[in-house]
Amino acid sequence: MPNHTVADILRGLEAKTFSSEEITQQYLDAIVAHDPRYNSYITVTADAALAQARAADQARQKGNGGLLCGVPIAHKDIFCTEGVRTSCASQMLDNFIAPYNATIVSKMAQAGTVTLGKTNMDEFAMGSSNETSFYGKVHNPWNTDCVPGGSSGGSAAAIAAGLAPAATGTDTGGSIRQPAALCGLTGIKPTYGRVSRYGMIAFASSLDQAGPMAKTAEDNALLLQAMAGFDPLDSTSMQLAVPDFVGNLNKDLKGLKIGVPKEYFSEGLDPAIGAAVEAALDEYRKLGAEIKAISLPHTHLAVPCYYIIAPAEASANLSRFDGVRYGFRCENPKDLDDLYTRTRAEGFGAEVKRRILIGTYALSSGFYDAYYRKAQQIRRLIKQDFDAAFKEVDMIAGPTTPNPAFALGEKVSDPLTMYLEDIYTIAVNLAGLPAISLPVGFTQGKPIGLQLIGRDFDEASLLAAAHQYQQRSDWHRQAAPGSV
Amino acid sequence: MSLDQNEISKLARLARINVADSETEELSQRIGDILDMVDVMQAVDTSNVVAMANPHDAVQRLRADEVSETNQREHFQAIAPQTEDGLYLVPQVIE
Repeated sequence: MPNHTVADILRGLEAKTFSSEEITQQYLDAIVAHDPRYNSYITVTADAALAQARAADQARQKGNGGLLCGVPIAHKDIFCTEGVRTSCASQMLDNFIAPYNATIVSKMAQAGTVTLGKTNMDEFAMGSSNETSFYGKVHNPWNTDCVPGGSSGGSAAAIAAGLAPAATGTDTGGSIRQPAALCGLTGIKPTYGRVSRYGMIAFASSLDQAGPMAKTAEDNALLLQAMAGFDPLDSTSMQLAVPDFVGNLNKDLKGLKIGVPKEYFSEGLDPAIGAAVEAALDEYRKLGAEIKAISLPHTHLAVPCYYIIAPAEASANLSRFDGVRYGFRCENPKDLDDLYTRTRAEGFGAEVKRRILIGTYALSSGFYDAYYRKAQQIRRLIKQDFDAAFKEVDMIAGPTTPNPAFALGEKVSDPLTMYLEDIYTIAVNLAGLPAISLPVGFTQGKPIGLQLIGRDFDEASLLAAAHQYQQRSDWHRQAAPGSV
Repeated sequence: MSLDQNEISKLARLARINVADSETEELSQRIGDILDMVDVMQAVDTSNVVAMANPHDAVQRLRADEVSETNQREHFQAIAPQTEDGLYLVPQVIE
């Protein structure tokens, strides 16, 4: 199964080259043999996976399998999976066996996928390096001394190492796109409201969105097809029909106007990344696209705005972890207040506590207008930048990250420099837009990502643009050293 | 900018997170750094800008007020730290 994509596996299953049970067993064996190097999984569900695979094989034989019948995938450990530990990489939920399935877990199962296990991540999705997990840091398969990115770092490392062909992720400020870029993968953050958030443990509810991660745009289209759609159980889910993402992949790009914001090529961008992005834009010219310089003048305010809004929403969302109904409880609480304050002090890690306290500050009496309300106003200015740009262009292109994968330990002690790694991805969440990252080169053996940002609910155009670039490049087909 | 000991204590109290004295100094510094970083927002004139809470300016969709869930108390309480007679147990609050 070297370097298999989801599409490869579907072809192999269709042609009976292998069964789902066989390919699932191969992935499970590979995880046992190789994951100690990467630490990409928190929980492996081998028995359940093999049972699902056998059921998929039977369904396929009877001709009634779903779109992804028999394809093994991994779920980020932020999605509730009934009967299986769902930890969010926190001690707070180390003993939490989810009593129900997240909607996307159910939808992927209905499509016929086999769940290999639950992937590692930054604790409560708060991080850009996958170093804040209660279960230990994750190593980048391209260079095991480097971070895989975060927060969906386990999903990214698992795919890059060949320990899953695809995985689910979540993206609050770049958590699908940044690890995809750092691990040489393709990953899409859908438009806010496109994919259900039900059963996805909440970090910042007005920013969080689930999406797929895989090697190719085609795989992303297949996975998004299965996971997208209206869900009455998520009050922010949009009541819109899901387009045919797969059928749209070869839509002609002639005349497509791609805007390139000058702010995304300013100080702080690694020159090798800038050059790779320019080269990718040349390919888009050859595909018939028109490249146009644009400006997103409030770009420099995105990181500050995000670091008020996201912690504020997190401080409210994470108040539910109180040691009463589920999850961690401290030993021998002497009274109710001690139960709350010590459970939360012992159960949360340092970065999570810091963000809860910042959010609490921004929402507290006397500071609300100066911080939270101000950030919400800035958020509108950022959204208006994109609205204005999309009057001139159909899509926006730039680097996904300013730097390639950085060394483990390099930034974890300095949160501010870590936050700046998300400088190109964060504004997209604030505006609720869809965006995809795809591999467009390497620097010093580490992958480089191109980010394409689309109009609201226009994931189809992003997937088509990424797919057609991948028809004339092979960056996405490169295998990390040591990968299975 | 850094927060003083009293401000950290107040935040810890509001957030229901126990903060040890030994952690106060570092927390104060880290939170101060973030407040310095976000300070750039204060220079922007937003006097006529409407605050944005949802990327689509959407409002909460409400369902009909009808029973849609079945009782699953035992199922949900199976993962609770401590229960008795269908109730969640916490340390005694009233003497």
